Amino acid sequence: MSSWAKALVLWLCAMVMTPWTLALPEGLDDLGRPATEGEVAAWDIDVRPDFVGLPPGSGDVWAGEEIWLAQCASCHGDFGDSNEIFAPLVLGNITEDDIATGRVASLTDPGVTRTTLMKVPTLSTLWDYIYRAMPWNAPKSLSPDEVYGLVAYLLNLGYVVDDDFVLSDTNMAETQARMPNRNGMSLDHGLWSVSGVPDVSGSACTTDCNVLVNVASSLPAYAMNAHGNLAEQVRDWGPYPGLWTEPAAEPEQVAAASAAVEAAVAPEAALTAGGCSGCHQMAGQLVGPGFAAIRAKYAGQEHAAYVRDKIVNGGAGVWGSMPMPPMPAVDEEALQQIVAWLTSGEE
Amino acid sequence: MASDAEQGQLQPAPESFLPKDLVEDISRDGINAGRRSLLQGAFAAATASMVAPALMADDDPDIVNLPSWTRSLGKPVVANPYGQPSPFEANIVRRQSPGLTRTDQSSVSFTPLQNLFGMITPSGLHFERHHQGWVDIDPRRHRLMINGLVETPLVFTMEELLRMPSVSRIHFLECGANTGLEWGNVAVPTVQYSHGMLSASEFTGVPVSLLLERAGFDRKRATVLLAEGADGSSMTRTINLENALDDALVAYGQNGEMLRPENGYPLRLVVPGVQGVSWVKWLRRLEVGDAPWATKDEVAHYVDLMPDGTHRQYTSIQEAKSVITAPSGGQKLLKQGYYDITGLAWSGRGNVEKVEVSVDGGRNWRAARLEGPILPKALTRFHCDWVWQGEEAMLQSRVTDSTGYIQPSRAELVQVRGTRSIYHNNAMQTWRVGADGEVHNVQLG
Repeated sequence: MSSWAKALVLWLCAMVMTPWTLALPEGLDDLGRPATEGEVAAWDIDVRPDFVGLPPGSGDVWAGEEIWLAQCASCHGDFGDSNEIFAPLVLGNITEDDIATGRVASLTDPGVTRTTLMKVPTLSTLWDYIYRAMPWNAPKSLSPDEVYGLVAYLLNLGYVVDDDFVLSDTNMAETQARMPNRNGMSLDHGLWSVSGVPDVSGSACTTDCNVLVNVASSLPAYAMNAHGNLAEQVRDWGPYPGLWTEPAAEPEQVAAASAAVEAAVAPEAALTAGGCSGCHQMAGQLVGPGFAAIRAKYAGQEHAAYVRDKIVNGGAGVWGSMPMPPMPAVDEEALQQIVAWLTSGEE
Repeated sequence: MASDAEQGQLQPAPESFLPKDLVEDISRDGINAGRRSLLQGAFAAATASMVAPALMADDDPDIVNLPSWTRSLGKPVVANPYGQPSPFEANIVRRQSPGLTRTDQSSVSFTPLQNLFGMITPSGLHFERHHQGWVDIDPRRHRLMINGLVETPLVFTMEELLRMPSVSRIHFLECGANTGLEWGNVAVPTVQYSHGMLSASEFTGVPVSLLLERAGFDRKRATVLLAEGADGSSMTRTINLENALDDALVAYGQNGEMLRPENGYPLRLVVPGVQGVSWVKWLRRLEVGDAPWATKDEVAHYVDLMPDGTHRQYTSIQEAKSVITAPSGGQKLLKQGYYDITGLAWSGRGNVEKVEVSVDGGRNWRAARLEGPILPKALTRFHCDWVWQGEEAMLQSRVTDSTGYIQPSRAELVQVRGTRSIYHNNAMQTWRVGADGEVHNVQLG
């Protein structure tokens, strides 16, 4: 088959798989309108490593430091070294040799904290990101000159440029050529494309495979509760209840404390399960009086026994002619919740 | 918490309303006046909650004593205009890993995989990863711009996008950092934290290829796309154009409704098989280009550190991976007998072809049953029958995808990539079942 014919076959296959790439349905041209130049300029703020998209301007290290201390230091630290909120941007561990080779040697050392400046190969990235997304709580409030200054200050903290350095659109390229890890990136992997070639492959062995079955790592006992009580993170009525990883608490104390806290909150599950909601609503008469009216009338613990009796045994004549039937289906826990809530109003 | 563990189990029903110490007291000393009144109190309390006849020893009180919901009026329609899960499912929620991040705006919440079924993640349980917080966008004021190497830069309103020809497809969405905490050693207790940056939905939207065709993109020069969000971070990622033309969507629908705000309402990019960070949320712009952009999240983050100190850049594809979701870490088997080992398998390169399960740490494997439909770049649910007889067991699963790729063991993966790359950990997971039935996250070596 000629290469032309092969191309045709591929083209036809592509047509079957992705029909939209070849023909637009009639009338679709009416959807969408041309973007104006102003609109594109307002949104297309990205800056590529070849500096396509970089606005003109400049800023020096000192100007950058001033903005940094006012707008950046609270998260990143005065010297970009804070590990409080985000990982450190720069730690002063870039060497002259790193800058000369464009490879940060300490990246092979597990004991060295990886900073942004140790990783990022392209200066355009710092400029683009600060301009589009910083500061944290007021993105896109910095002018291009301010961003030039901030990038200059960061580079100065990493010993990439001197104290009197002025960064501008005209020297971005030569400054990028000093980035400490500019040669540290690899595209030699199979993870960019769906058809990429994997670098690792598992074994197909199915019987008597030669593998080590020793436990090399597991969570120490003290860390089992670091993510909270696991018993409360699974379907607790299912076939696999969670492990109780919290130090044991006295169930009665917990229940009493939570009952007091929750008294003011309507126990909706109890009201529903007990059948109360069929006749009572929060405010206003339904079949029976509204809960708000009941709570106003019986505010105070001294009414608890009376209210309990009315729920269990029913009653009539207090709120009108419609009798309240006995509600034996209310279980004890729900009954306590409801009584506590109904009597917890302001006296 | 034995009482929790035993909830729902059928218990024999002796005179359970009598306190144990009272029974012992009586059997030792007989009944006196004080005890008689105590007994009467206990009987009264028991009968008050029991309308049904007295229980016989073999009767299940939950059957014989009709429960309140069988003897009461139920709730009206529209009690919840937007339906909510049962209150008994309150444990099944997204959760943060304490200490993982120090700001909740640039953070992660994990999907509770341990208690989900099938191949779709409920939208409210879809994991979250935000870089600068999530936003509520007014769809009337949202626009999608397409610019760069196109004949005409275009602007679309949401109304126009919803008028265009649409497709609905089921795909998984996995963060590139999923299982990233586990490269060096076991760090988290449950599958929610080890694998919960994984979700799957039916997404509805307009094929990217259609939109690019409409804008007249430059087929000769174009190799990449830039996707950009409308949130404060305006997050950007470089997308492989060739792959995007195959199956990427500009999506507004998720599981039959509009996207949730946390998942990009009203518009997000769907890049099947590719890590989550590329599925830009609150999508406002696609730019067609001829060179990658080296954005923050492809030079400083989402780069994979190799043992020689180089970082792999533009790593995107999520290779084949599987995990047993039940039984899994932090759970407990209450009794011996039959169990349905179940889990999820997926591949960013195609379909799940085969899943095998081992209960002895990888020495012996047998084929799991795959549940259909098996779709490309989607989650596939698997099952494997298992009778547990109280022995220690090491549960593992291993997927083979439609390219023939076999999921590696941790040892096989670490041998090539070391332990510091953070991203793209697709190693087999091991759950150790102890003789006590407790299930723990372990790594073998």
